[in-house]
Amino acid sequence: MPELSYREAVRDALAAAMRKDDDVFIMGEDIAEMGGSMGVTQGMLDEFGAERVRNTPISEIAIVGAGIGAAMQGMRPVVEVMYEDFLTVSMEQIVNQAAKHRYMSGGQLKVPLTIRTQGGAGWSPGAQHAQQVEAWFVHVPGLKVVFASTPTDVRGLLWSAIYDDNPVIFFEHRTLYGLKEDVPEDLEPIAIGQSRVHREGSDVTVVATGRLVHEALKAAEEADSEGVSVEVWDPRTLQPLDLDALVASVKKTNRVVVAHEAITRMGFGAEIAAVVQEQAFDWLDAPIERVGAKFAPLPFAPVMEEYVVPHAADVLEAIKRTVARG
Amino acid sequence: MAKVEAKRGLSEERLREFLREMLLIRRFEEKVEERFRAGELPGFLHVAIGQEAVAVGVCQAMEDGDVFASTHRAHGHTLARGTHPNAVMAELYGKLEGCSHGYGGSMHLYDVERGNLGANAVVGGGLPAITGAALAFKLRGEPRVAVAFFGDGATNIGTFHESLNLAQLWQVPAVFVLEDNHWAESTPEIQHSPIRDLSKRAEAFGMKVMKADGQDVEEVHRVAQRALKYARDGKGPVFLHVETERLVGHYIGDPQVYRDKEELHRLQETRDPITLLREKLGISDEEFEADDQEVQEIVEASVEFAKAGTDPKPEDALKNIYA
Repeated sequence: MPELSYREAVRDALAAAMRKDDDVFIMGEDIAEMGGSMGVTQGMLDEFGAERVRNTPISEIAIVGAGIGAAMQGMRPVVEVMYEDFLTVSMEQIVNQAAKHRYMSGGQLKVPLTIRTQGGAGWSPGAQHAQQVEAWFVHVPGLKVVFASTPTDVRGLLWSAIYDDNPVIFFEHRTLYGLKEDVPEDLEPIAIGQSRVHREGSDVTVVATGRLVHEALKAAEEADSEGVSVEVWDPRTLQPLDLDALVASVKKTNRVVVAHEAITRMGFGAEIAAVVQEQAFDWLDAPIERVGAKFAPLPFAPVMEEYVVPHAADVLEAIKRTVARG
Repeated sequence: MAKVEAKRGLSEERLREFLREMLLIRRFEEKVEERFRAGELPGFLHVAIGQEAVAVGVCQAMEDGDVFASTHRAHGHTLARGTHPNAVMAELYGKLEGCSHGYGGSMHLYDVERGNLGANAVVGGGLPAITGAALAFKLRGEPRVAVAFFGDGATNIGTFHESLNLAQLWQVPAVFVLEDNHWAESTPEIQHSPIRDLSKRAEAFGMKVMKADGQDVEEVHRVAQRALKYARDGKGPVFLHVETERLVGHYIGDPQVYRDKEELHRLQETRDPITLLREKLGISDEEFEADDQEVQEIVEASVEFAKAGTDPKPEDALKNIYA
């Protein structure tokens, strides 16, 4: 089994799709010679040429919008929006156009567009380069939303996103790009909407996404040494949500902690808490705990940034709180 | 006479077709106003009265396989591209037989089979996708053109600038049709743009500009043909600046308190594209009334068709969200 970093796994999926299919092409800011601001597309210009690896102007509206237009003609563009923060610039095109063309046309159109983007704190970029904004997009009917946490997952999910006939917002986490693991020899697609249990447990289910999957795994190790058995469940796809698997886990453990790097208030975890109590209220032995960023823009000074975003210790505390409820 | 015909490049017969097309749009829009005021049509409606020559001139110059994006004022473009009046009217009544099956309404008319990629209720919202559709044609080597309609108000929004810049940069086969009626809702051009000639905005991107009088359908058609050929031949996108007139309010029921009534009356007297073509062709009252009668019957039939159409089931609202 080859070892790939998260970064290489993204590249591998892009390249595999582009080798297979002339209708797949990529465009975005600085993705050609420079290989993207995160180095994800390095070397792809040499293999695929400038027609299919397209450097764009700094025009997030046109990058996304041109992707929509090409997708409506049956191509499968993958556009890169350099930072999640810049999705705000293209919000109208994503929400009013990409997500709604199929619906407004009464089913005549489809928009097989993948929008890759990344974010994540931990390197003090300040308030406009590291937000986690996935909650905005799970609120929009017509979009699919993916957030992969490992090299194997990001590779298999990106392939499925490219071949999905709907617009997919594909979140990557900046601090995971260097993470390496052995991946299957041949790319194995992972179905959109399929969750993953990273670690089985019987006392608490931690629902975690992105970087917080790894923080939750650290917290689970700690908890285990104190006699608490933690299940770490990663939805991988936020929309659609693998609800049956979530409910099954909750019915087994009876306690839930939701953990994401995005701001807690009105975050994705709020929806998880709501659906869990709707579907499995009678199985809950304690209130659902939420772990996320404090309600503040991301600050610059490292000590403040460290304070605002959640870490393994925060997940562990939440686990202990829920277990302490008896 | 033969000499004039040769210069025109269009037969009198073809121009008569254009006249009937324009008349169809006019009578359709008048009927829409009437049925809206009667309380039969839900939603928010914008009619294209006064702008028929742009719709007919451009859409008749397009070829099979070409695509377009329309605006909130979309009935004219949609009819001119060949969508049956029954399907358009049924959409306005919210019926399954409508061209968007009741999911779109007046501001979201679609007919993908005829290249209509959708009317857009966000001003300028459709332009980026037209650049993208044209990019797809270029990447696949297909001799097709993507056309965007938009008004002068849209030239102030970011989608316009980013789309034109990218289209020109990548030399994609797109035609950007500015329907310059000098009004952004109630705001006159003098209040929304610091320059009077909006085609300068396209020139700033280095884009080829062509101009036409939007009340002269023959001229619109001739220039649109040139623009489409230019784009189709791989020479790059074209900015087609068409001066036109909105001879009615922004929406049905707009009292136009912001507009000089004498000026509006003057425009209705002197700049009506249907009257202008009728005079140019020297059509007798009898001939015109025969055409008019025929068109009105088509429009009346579309109302009957729409009223007899199928209401969607409420729960159909949950279909067509995902492919």
